[in-house]
Amino acid sequence: MSKLDSKNPSGPLAEKWTNHKNHMNLVAPNNRDKIDIIVVGTGLAGGSAAATLAEQGYNVKAFCFQDSPRRAHSIAAQGGINAAKNYQGDGDSTYRLFYDTIKGGDYRSREANVYRLAEVSTNIIDQCVSQGVPFGRDYGGQLDNRSFGGVQVKRTFYAKGQTGQQLLLGAYSALSRQIGKGRVKMYNRHEMLDLVIVDGKARGIIARNLVTGELERHSAHAVVIASGGYGNVYFLSTNAMGTNVSAAWKIHKRGAYFANPCFVQIHPTCIPVHGTAQSKLTLMSESLRNSGRIWVPKNIEDAQAIREGKLKAEGIAPENRDYYLERRYPAFGNLVPRDVASRAAKERCDEGYGIENNDTKEGVFLDFSTEITKKGKEAAIEKNLHNPTDQEIYDLGKAWIEEKYGNLFVMYEKITGENPYVTPMKIYPAVHYTMGGVWVDYNLQSTIPGCFVIGEANFSDHGANRLGASALMQGLADGYFVLPYTIADYLSADISTGSIPTDTPDFEAAEKSIEEKVDFFMNNKGSHSVDYFHKQLGNIMWNKVGMGRTPEGLQEAIKEIEAVRKDFWQNVKVPGDANELNAELEKAFRVADFLELGQLMAIDALNRKESCGGHFRWDHATPEGEAERDDINYKFVSSWEYQGMDINQEVLHKEDLIYENIEVKTRSYK
Amino acid sequence: MSTKKGLNLTLKIWRQKNNKTKGQFETYKISDVSTESSFLEMLDMLNENLNNGGQEPIAFDHDCREGICGMCSLYINGRPHGPDTGITTCQLHMRMFKDGETIHIEPWRSAAFPVIKDLVVDRSSFDRVMAAGGFISVNTSGNTLDANAILVPKEDADKAMDAAACIGCGACVATCKNGSAMLFVGAKVSQYALLPQGRVEAQRRVLNMVKAMDEEGFGNCSNTGACEVECPKGISLEVIARMNREYMSANIDHE
Repeated sequence: MSKLDSKNPSGPLAEKWTNHKNHMNLVAPNNRDKIDIIVVGTGLAGGSAAATLAEQGYNVKAFCFQDSPRRAHSIAAQGGINAAKNYQGDGDSTYRLFYDTIKGGDYRSREANVYRLAEVSTNIIDQCVSQGVPFGRDYGGQLDNRSFGGVQVKRTFYAKGQTGQQLLLGAYSALSRQIGKGRVKMYNRHEMLDLVIVDGKARGIIARNLVTGELERHSAHAVVIASGGYGNVYFLSTNAMGTNVSAAWKIHKRGAYFANPCFVQIHPTCIPVHGTAQSKLTLMSESLRNSGRIWVPKNIEDAQAIREGKLKAEGIAPENRDYYLERRYPAFGNLVPRDVASRAAKERCDEGYGIENNDTKEGVFLDFSTEITKKGKEAAIEKNLHNPTDQEIYDLGKAWIEEKYGNLFVMYEKITGENPYVTPMKIYPAVHYTMGGVWVDYNLQSTIPGCFVIGEANFSDHGANRLGASALMQGLADGYFVLPYTIADYLSADISTGSIPTDTPDFEAAEKSIEEKVDFFMNNKGSHSVDYFHKQLGNIMWNKVGMGRTPEGLQEAIKEIEAVRKDFWQNVKVPGDANELNAELEKAFRVADFLELGQLMAIDALNRKESCGGHFRWDHATPEGEAERDDINYKFVSSWEYQGMDINQEVLHKEDLIYENIEVKTRSYK
Repeated sequence: MSTKKGLNLTLKIWRQKNNKTKGQFETYKISDVSTESSFLEMLDMLNENLNNGGQEPIAFDHDCREGICGMCSLYINGRPHGPDTGITTCQLHMRMFKDGETIHIEPWRSAAFPVIKDLVVDRSSFDRVMAAGGFISVNTSGNTLDANAILVPKEDADKAMDAAACIGCGACVATCKNGSAMLFVGAKVSQYALLPQGRVEAQRRVLNMVKAMDEEGFGNCSNTGACEVECPKGISLEVIARMNREYMSANIDHE
């Protein structure tokens, strides 16, 4: 029997969350210190959850693989966080944020979850301001907003180009306060390697101390997984080097269903690949699309001349530029959602109009010259400068850009050696975010009782495509305002359980199986490094499970990944010792999991015979290259149940998506 | 692809098994490094070579590789985060180096940052200073004031943001002859002291953070200014001046 009960509360959409909260069981303050909770991951979701649960009085143990909880990859989010505050008075509301998110997700997310997200979004801004997050403000002292892709209102709050950093440091501060009080025990440089289930409930984890190599048993009454997304399955992505799927994959192997693994977001504005030694890709914030215009040369000869260095972007006259997003999508222009913008860039480059001098000729221009002139003229009027010179206009416009995006421009120049104030940025899509993740119900609980999954690690809110500035919103919503309520309902049954012992057969068996894996890696005198296999996997994923997918390609990918996986387990070589800091051993554990997940992603993509959001199938497209969704046959969440070593045997469970408050339409940004 | 020939380099890298053993420099050669590569990608290449040759790779900290997480460190040719300014080691690119150059690579060196292995140090002292007071004591109820009920002058908000840009990498401590953490602590104290939300417990905060800072074994500030020069986020010495003011007035009020 399928375990997929979404626990969607009854009643009108706008009242579901309030009613649900009103009828949940609570744990009284005097009982909370009898309950232990493990939180794996300290990004926006994990950090905010750990801090909040500790404030409430539970005993919290938090784990991160970095040297400090402040370093989780939420920190790299640049542009902003959405909230339905309607401070700009441009017609925003909870309903509109809900609607935009469902539509942006191409009608593949759960109504009730998304509505709740929109509802608590306003609390997040209030909370963060009270914590001292220095959001951008205008001269009246009030908060400023900017606009993001896929929407027609200004609802994005920002802290320069470092919004993720500031929100994460806010959560880290709240977490630090609880660490200082002894309410949270923090385990830095620790990696979760397995989940321990006792009598059908999640009761602990096995973690490896990355400095000493020691395997540790940790018990709790509930386990919260907040370990982020799995974009690094592609080897090259905008994710941090350590970002991995292991915690989420380990619980999948213990019984948690994995939902929509093929829904991956390829972000349109990243710095293009430069060569084979490249280790990661760098994002240029989507907020830049507020001010930048995307184009490639209209004439294919010009594109070639640019690649060969014989022509500069500035040397191409406006009428010889193809602003292809403005051409194809006049209503949203450069601010179409990410999946649409990425595919359009790929289309131009596949046709030979790419401008980057790399192996694949992949790159398009993001040009700020129009905005510099426009803002320069505006500033001149404000300053009462009549008849300003071109230089004065340029200087004023440049100052405006610098104020808004200064750090991004500096970052771009440091990486590429080119000055984007003068010559347009070169950008190309890159893997950025994963909408898929562990299946959870309305309470954010997985199919394993007592195992909750929050933030990017779960699948719940973004459907097949996430809108910009919504990841930060979801992470903090889950951690600050949703999980602390729903987990209490579950824990209310545990007030007399007492602490969970770790000297039991379940813990012993879990620890022993990890020990055996460590021994295998250390003693397998193979011939290739972990990266050798990871790069092969990444290559297959990018070419065959990337922006444009075909049934043939996916079938090949499944076979090829199986072959790489087999080769890995025979020929991987891990140097050094197991009982000390050993980065290669850490990577070996992570890549072993990516190899299994990659195969499931290809299987899921093959199974979903439609195009929706980030999942684009060439055999389900209109002649113009627009996505063709199939709501009759595929309006469901694909939820996969692990069946053992052979990933091909995973069993699909479908959660039908029911839209009662929204009309399901073809997404159009034209 | 660029057909330019890559760089050939000699690397003198600090190797140290753990914090109980003594370390030493080892010399490595690496050839054909693309000038487009980042410094850490050059180290990846070296590690791949070492691994293939049956030697142990060099341990170094890194994560986001876009200059924001603060995990990477490295003293390169005598400067934290290397020869460029305003960036972290992960943003340093090989076009900053010349063919045939010898590059010295060391860990952060400071009593409060013990070496764990090779180029990796333990910066948990920063976390403990934060836990002593680097926060505003507000619970997550969701029932705080409406965000726009607190007006903050733009100038103060911008200054608070400049201070808050600190990534906690520790370059300030590593470059300081006194091993002082005052730029790091001053940045956090300033961010909150500049905002009305943070004023309420400003005195308690600065007293507790400075006490924790001293207990961790960080040195004092003697106004050399090396920290400001090497800070990848351009945190200004002003934050130290502000912290000193806050600290003095808090002490006077408490006496």
